[in-house]
Amino acid sequence: ELMRTCLVFTRLLLLQKNGPGTGVANSLPRHEPFEQAPMYVAVMTYLGYGLVTLFGYFRDFLRAVGLEKCHVAQERSEQKDFVPLYQDFENFYNRNLYMRVRDNWNRPICSLPGPVFDLMERISDDYNWTFRFTGRTIPNVINVGSYNYLGFAENNVDFLKTVAEKTQEYGVGVCSTRQEIANLSLHQELEQLVANFLGLESSMAFGMGFATNSMNIPALVGKGCLILSDELNHTSLILGARLSGATIRVFKHNNMHSLEKMLREAICSGQPRTHRPWKKILIMVEGIYSMEGSVVRLPEILALKKKYKAYLYLDEAHSIGAVGPTGRGVTELFNVNAADVDIMMGTFTKSFGACGGYIAGKKVLVDYIRRHSHSAIYATAMSPPVTEQVIRAMKCIMGQDGGDEGIRRVRQLAENTRYFRARLKEMGFIIYGNDDSPVVPILLYMPAKVVAFAREMLRRKIGVVVVGFPATPITEARARFCLSAAHTRPMLDQSNLLILRYLLIHLLNAINSRLSHYHTV
Amino acid sequence: MDFKNLKEYLAWLYFQYLIITGIYVLEPWEKSIFNSVLFSAIAMVIYTTYVFVPIHVRLALEFFSVVQ
Repeated sequence: ELMRTCLVFTRLLLLQKNGPGTGVANSLPRHEPFEQAPMYVAVMTYLGYGLVTLFGYFRDFLRAVGLEKCHVAQERSEQKDFVPLYQDFENFYNRNLYMRVRDNWNRPICSLPGPVFDLMERISDDYNWTFRFTGRTIPNVINVGSYNYLGFAENNVDFLKTVAEKTQEYGVGVCSTRQEIANLSLHQELEQLVANFLGLESSMAFGMGFATNSMNIPALVGKGCLILSDELNHTSLILGARLSGATIRVFKHNNMHSLEKMLREAICSGQPRTHRPWKKILIMVEGIYSMEGSVVRLPEILALKKKYKAYLYLDEAHSIGAVGPTGRGVTELFNVNAADVDIMMGTFTKSFGACGGYIAGKKVLVDYIRRHSHSAIYATAMSPPVTEQVIRAMKCIMGQDGGDEGIRRVRQLAENTRYFRARLKEMGFIIYGNDDSPVVPILLYMPAKVVAFAREMLRRKIGVVVVGFPATPITEARARFCLSAAHTRPMLDQSNLLILRYLLIHLLNAINSRLSHYHTV
Repeated sequence: MDFKNLKEYLAWLYFQYLIITGIYVLEPWEKSIFNSVLFSAIAMVIYTTYVFVPIHVRLALEFFSVVQ
């Protein structure tokens, strides 16, 4: 009863703040359908895993008896009486399931990861235990796996002129950390630019995106604080949360009821045994979740945060530069004030074609992080060419370099996303995620299907990323496409969609969606 | 789905069977083992059906007094 009144209050609050149903926020589909597959698909998936596991046990038996040579690490005969090292499920899975199909991952690339790239041809003579290169390359493979949302992974000499100049001026190595003696003026220029780009007071840039999360969260929260983290958060956020020593509670993915229930319970009961109030409550969410392609419900979380006086940490790794009319991320997509989010974090890896991450927010916060973050004190500073690449990419998006190349790319990405998603839905596949997100996962469910899909797509010169069990739930193996502004319509059309259509319908029978009205065969 | 001949259609059906049961990822000799086990199980089922189902049907009909 209390819950209901509170939810009603939240909705009234939203209505007062955002107006009655105008603007971008309400035109976004409030339902992001995570459609469930039919029952027979789940049964067949378990059957497939079960059969391969049985064969795994059989092969392990052959290896133990000695009929088959063991290619992986084994304990020495003197260690056989001790606690077994390689009998846990992870090692079993690695030996018997992953090794059979591992030619679909870690494929070596020998060109830049633009919209098309070259792969090195490698074959295996002993069923993927060892590989050898034939010496040939597979040229012009269409790339739908790289995080190249705005196409800034390019080697066009005109665009990279400033990068070359800065490399000649500063060199490549910085040979120190930010706090010691590698605080270049270039870094300060970058941070000023990031702050302007986001419309915030100040920002700080780090050399590695993963380390930005895992090293800065411990600086912000500690023992006696509470972290409410989304179910599907990235490993870097989870690692940072665990390192900090705060209490972590997980709420269901994008589920505001679950989050609100946890907030109320946390505020009412306080810390576990002493019932003292929590020092800080930090809600950790991501802008776009990379495995699902779903977008966070930002207006609702902001309303909850204000009501319960919690803090919000928004990880915009995939959404900065990729969503929003001018590429400013989910705050622009939902038309909310960026200063409402306490800690805005993002990476330069995905949309800016560089590497590294940033944390932005109020000046007080960023100054504190400069002094107290492990990454700021101990990690090597960003390399000058990479810094300049981010600077030139950001200037391009903002239009400060005098052209409209940036805004053209942002619009091209949005158009590619809409087109690709609409055509795939039309064909009847189950696609997760919001219609605006450039990350498109197609659910394939069965383990053999993802393997066959990856291999057949490579034979037809398209490089896809498929994801299976440990990274996704066991019944939801998927192929994930990352669209790019550099993909042209012919690339998407003729190659991807036609080949996908042929493969997925003809060979792999992956039409499972009951929601689609157009099943074309 | 445009199949030019029966052979192509049968090849497609076999591929579907491999993919759905997950056998596609196994090595050829393991595929042979599984196929032979499955084939012998199905053969036994067919044989048992052929031998016993008429007898059971006749007994059931006699029980319900349809045939004396």
